[in-house]
Order: sequence, then C-alpha cells, then structure tokens
Amino acid sequence: MPADLDQSSAPASKTKFWNDPDKRAILFQIIIVVLVVGTIGHFVSNALTNLETRGITTGFGFLSQSSGFDILLTLIPYDATYTFGHTFVVGLLNTLLVGFLGVVLATILGFIMGVARLSNNWLISKLAMCYIETFRNIPLLLQIFFWYVAVLGPLPGPRQSIEIGSAFLNNRGLYTPAPVFESGFWFVVVAFFAAIALCWYLVRWNHRRQDLTGQQFPIFWSSVGILIAVPLVVYFFAGSPMSWDYPELKGFNFKGGNVIIPELTALLLALTIYTAAFIAEIVRSGIEAVNKGQTEASHALGISNAKTLRLIVIPQALRVIIPPLTSQYLNLIKNSSLATAIGYPDLVAVFMGTTLNQTGQAIEIIFMTMAVYLTISLLVSAFMNWYNKIMALAER
Amino acid sequence: MIVNDNKIPDMPPPASTVGAVGWLRKNLFSSWANSILTVVVGYIVISNLIPLIDWVFLTSDWLGDSREDCTSGGACWVFITVRLEQFIYGFYPESEYWRINTIFVMLAGLIAALIFEGTPKKGWLGAFTLLIFPIIAFYLLYGGAFDLEVVETHKWGGLSLTLVLACVGIVASLPFGVLLALGRRSNMPIVRSLSTAFIEIWRGVPLISVLFMASVMLPLFVSGETSMDKLLRALIGITMFQSAYMAEVIRGGLQAIPKGQYEAAMALGLNYWKSMGLIILPQALKLMIPGIVNTFIALFKDTSLVLIIGLFDLLAIVQAALSDPKWLGYSVEGYVFVAFVFWIFCFSMSRYSQALERKLHTGHGAR
Repeated sequence: MPADLDQSSAPASKTKFWNDPDKRAILFQIIIVVLVVGTIGHFVSNALTNLETRGITTGFGFLSQSSGFDILLTLIPYDATYTFGHTFVVGLLNTLLVGFLGVVLATILGFIMGVARLSNNWLISKLAMCYIETFRNIPLLLQIFFWYVAVLGPLPGPRQSIEIGSAFLNNRGLYTPAPVFESGFWFVVVAFFAAIALCWYLVRWNHRRQDLTGQQFPIFWSSVGILIAVPLVVYFFAGSPMSWDYPELKGFNFKGGNVIIPELTALLLALTIYTAAFIAEIVRSGIEAVNKGQTEASHALGISNAKTLRLIVIPQALRVIIPPLTSQYLNLIKNSSLATAIGYPDLVAVFMGTTLNQTGQAIEIIFMTMAVYLTISLLVSAFMNWYNKIMALAER
Repeated sequence: MIVNDNKIPDMPPPASTVGAVGWLRKNLFSSWANSILTVVVGYIVISNLIPLIDWVFLTSDWLGDSREDCTSGGACWVFITVRLEQFIYGFYPESEYWRINTIFVMLAGLIAALIFEGTPKKGWLGAFTLLIFPIIAFYLLYGGAFDLEVVETHKWGGLSLTLVLACVGIVASLPFGVLLALGRRSNMPIVRSLSTAFIEIWRGVPLISVLFMASVMLPLFVSGETSMDKLLRALIGITMFQSAYMAEVIRGGLQAIPKGQYEAAMALGLNYWKSMGLIILPQALKLMIPGIVNTFIALFKDTSLVLIIGLFDLLAIVQAALSDPKWLGYSVEGYVFVAFVFWIFCFSMSRYSQALERKLHTGHGAR
C-alpha cells in the first residue's frame, strides 16, 4: 500500500526534519490547506467585489420574494404570486416525479431486455442486442429532442385530437379522465389495506403449511384475486363513491380531467429507453455471473425453469447487479436535469434557469441546486448500500 | 472366418440437427412457445423494417440543393448533404478548412498507430499524442502563430467542436485524475479527505449544473475586467467534472496492482513519487485503458450538453439548422444523421474497449 511508504521509522534524533516522512507529511498538508484556503478566499473576495460592482444583492432573501411566473406542471398549488421558495419546491417535486417514474420504468424495461438478451430464441436475443447497442450509444439529449420534436411535435392540435376511448391525445398532451373521490371512498381504502394484511397472513400460512406438509398453495394468483376482489366488493357496497371527471374541449383547449404534458412524456420515454439499455447489460452480466452448476443443480432437484430463475438464479444475480444498478439510478436522476432543454419544469429549469435569470443571484441558486442533487445522490447510495448489505452473501 | 476389411461409411447426421434446418430448429423453433414468439416477433420486425429501409434508402433523395429536390416521398438527405460542411466545420472560414482536416488526419493516424499492435516505441508515441499534439492542434485550430489567421472560438462548431470538447476534456482530466486518485489513497488525512470530497461532489451533481456554474459563476470568481472565453469556461467545467470520474477509474486501476509491487518498490528504497511513477502507474495505466475509453464514450455523448449554454456542437448546429424556414419539417432526418454520427464513434470505441478488456483479462477469474 502507498500508505506504508511514508511510515519508515527512523531514529528521530539523527534525521533532519525534511527527511522525516511524518513531519514532511504534516508540512505538505499545511501547504495544501494554505493553498486551498487561499484559492477559495481569492475567489470569494473576487466574487464579492464583482457582485458589488454589478449591483447584485446577496443572501437568501430572494426566496421570500414573489416569483411572478407560472409553471407548466405543478404538484402543489402554485401561481405567479407565490415566492421563489415555492418555485424551488415545485421544481424539486417535478424532478422527483420524473426521477421516480423513470427509475421504475427503466428497471422494468431493463430487466425484460436483459433477460431477452439471454433468451435461447435467436431472434429475441438479437433484437435485444440491437436495442441495447443502439440506444446506449446515442446521446441522451438527442433522444429527448427526437421524442419531443420529431415524434410528439407533429401531433394534431386540440381541435383535431386523436380520441382513444374517452382520452384525447394532441400536441398539448394526453388528456385522460380523472377520478373524483366522494365521501364514502375511504371505506375502499381501508378495504384495500385489509386485503394487503390478509395476503400477508396468507403467505405466512402457506409457508407454515409447506414446511409441515410439503404442499403448496397457488399463493400468487390468490393474492392477486384478494387484492382486486375485496376493494371491489366494498366499493359496490359503499354505493360506488367515485365518479370520473372527463376532459372536454372548451375554446381552444381541453378543460378538466388529467393531463400528461408532452414534455414529461418525451423526457420519460428518453430517460427510460436510454437507462434501460444500460440496466439490461447489467442484468445480463449479473445473470451470466451465476455459476451454471446452480441452474443444473436446481433442475436436478426437479425445480421448474421459471422457479429456478426466480428462486435460484435471480437472488444470486442481484448481488452482482445491485452496485452498478445504483449508479444507473443516480445517473437517471442526474440526467433528468436535461429536462431544461425541452422546457419540462424540473429543478434546473425553473430554479437554475428562470429564477437565476430573474434574480441574478447565481452563487446561491447554483449552490442550492447542486446541494439538492448531492443530497439525492447520497441518500440513494446510502439506501442502496443498506440494501446491498442485506442481499450480500453471508460469508462463513 | 470372415473379416470385412471395408469400413462401412459413416451415416450422415440427421438432417434435422445440422445445416440451416438444424440451426432453425435449435435457435428459432425449439418449442411451441418459441415458435409462436418467433413468428409473431418476426412478423412485427419485418413489417416495420421494410418501410424503414424504404424510407432510408429506396425512396429517399440524396442529391440536390433545396427542398424542391425532395420529391420521392422518402427521407430527404438533401438537407444533410447541402449543410454537411457546416455540420462538420461549424462557422469556420471555408478557406481554412484544411487546418481542421490536417488535425483530423493527424489524430486518426496517431490513434491508428496507438491501436495497432506492432507499433514500435508506443510509450513515446502516446506521450507525443497527450503532450505535444494538443499544442500543435491548438495552434492549427486557433491560429495566431506561423502566419496562420486567428479564428475566434465562437466560429468553431459542429463535429469538430464536439471532438475538441471531448478530446480536451479527456486529456486535461488525466493528470488531475491521477493526482486525485493518489490523493484519495494517500495516508495523509487532510489530502485524503479533500480529494474524496472533490471527487464525490463532482460525481454527485449533473453535468448541466457544472456547465451552468462554469458559464455563470466562473466569471464572478476571476478578478476584474478579464472576460473569459465561453468555450474556455465550458472546457474548465468539463475538465473538473471529468477529472472526478477519471480519478475513480485510475483508483480502480491502482487497486488492481498487487500489494507485493508496492512493497517491492519500497524494499528497493524508492521514494513515493519514484515508486508511483516507475513501478505502479506504468502497470496500472495499462489496466485502466478500457475504463478510460469508457469514460471517454460517456464524455463524448455528454458534450452535446454544451448546447444548453449556447455553444454550437454537432447536435446544436443541426438543431439550429432545423429551425431554418427553408428546411422546416426535416427534424427526423437531422436527428437520424446526428444519431448515426455519434453511434459510429461510440459503438466503435466500446467495441475496442471490450476487445482490450478481453485481451487484458489473462486467465484469472470466472471466464
């Protein structure tokens, strides 16, 4: 180790202090600290004088000023009279929304493609390979533009919307009916949680029974049935306490219902497809890393193909998959900042873009934005390290 | 006693396991489920592939000089061919194109020589590529010496700017990456924590915020009236960002060197820098090449982000051309062209790095 290089122990009395590695290390570190502090101090003093000459105020007072601009997509109530502090929160929530959806979708697509890459069907495996090699070698920004400009751009205007059932697709977004919950709906929610509890109990009962008798119960399908049936029955007994709010064409645009704006669709499509190509490769190499003897032993025990994959191969592969998967999740969240290029109102777009332009307080805003991404990164990697520790092989 | 000396000729293998039929049975129709899957997916692929090929090649237009020449209904590659020079050279003056071409040829020659197995004195050639060639390339591109006309950086653009950003980013981040990686593995607590903090902070934030920082905050940090060049600011941002990633690649290479090498260097009485420079890094750098190529691929794709701070790289210049009123409505052609260029570069580099990994992977481990 290089660490040991400086630790030769010589009699302290005879060596000059520049020949003593320990003292030299201290001197070296003092120099480094002086250099770093000096550089930062130089930058700060420059920044202060520059800010003063340009007449830019400093501090976080701007966060309580009224913002004066609207945002296309907000998860909490917001309009132009709200403060820049609210703008920050709205942007953060939009970033988290696209990050969360992207992570879920990319994981699903990535696992499907990774398994397809290993299919013994030549056509499926080659198709998956083409998908992986095409999409991970094209810049993400280009893919975002492609979906936004070339695919979603030419959609017709609101008056010529494409009708899909009671949903409408046009260049302003996808308008779907929105559920409206009435007073009795909480019965259904309670019923749903009761169904979850019932399933949990069923799983435990099944385990016990299997331990005792060796017989298995079709646990998956019965759980699905309970989860659907129980809330549904309660829903009808409570008198159908839910109605739909249908989107309607009023004037030049649709009113009511839910809308998924094309910026979100394009960003999600691009992020999912791009990241899933990387995840597919990770999944493939993870599954390939599981020794073939494991599969053969499982088959020799008479375990079916699907169960071998689910019970033997995937749990072992997950150990190899999880660390690189974490960095892909982090990449996806960081890459979601490219939203600003097509105007999806994420943190970078509304805060580092619009707010910075309006207030000019570059230093505070950029530090806040970077701190958010840094915190998300640290939280996700902490969570993944914890999960990895649970999944890791218990060495004996 | 009857002995039959004549060997009975071998029977041919069953027709269903060899040749085209056998291959089909094994790979496409091994079971009922597989057969159905093959037929359904095959139908979907073919029904999409035929119109695609038709659009790209058969009914497309390649020659001409305005959109009126696009008559056959397929892709209008005229849009690309008319503006190809701009896409490659940006706004560089036409009379000076030879300078960029010279750099392209030199770069291609150097890379070919470095990849080729039998090149003698590879170390010196690599040092030349990393140290001397960037200086030559700078004076050729920017001018200002040897009677070359100065070409301001705001005229640079297109594919050549993309290559400048990626190459400068990777070459400039190498020394910083080495220092940061050594710092992170050092036993001096302050050096170690400073290096770790630097690496983790840059790896934790998106490149966009780094570019914003470089373009908005950097001018505040330098004193007084000196206005920094936009390209230079972007390059500083990219280099800082990239050196954090480079440091992690180099750290991985350093960790792969067995402990005995460090101990042997110490036993020979070499000091820290000599043991690093003469024993450890030469061995580690070889192992790092695949990782460095992979970060280069990532950086090459990420250079397209400079469009957000107003530089005209390949994607940005095509994006700008799309909004030209004379060529409205050809966005698909434009994006397909850019995607193709990026794909060629990234795909060939990733294949090279995979081949290198296989070559360096000598025997130990699973496969």
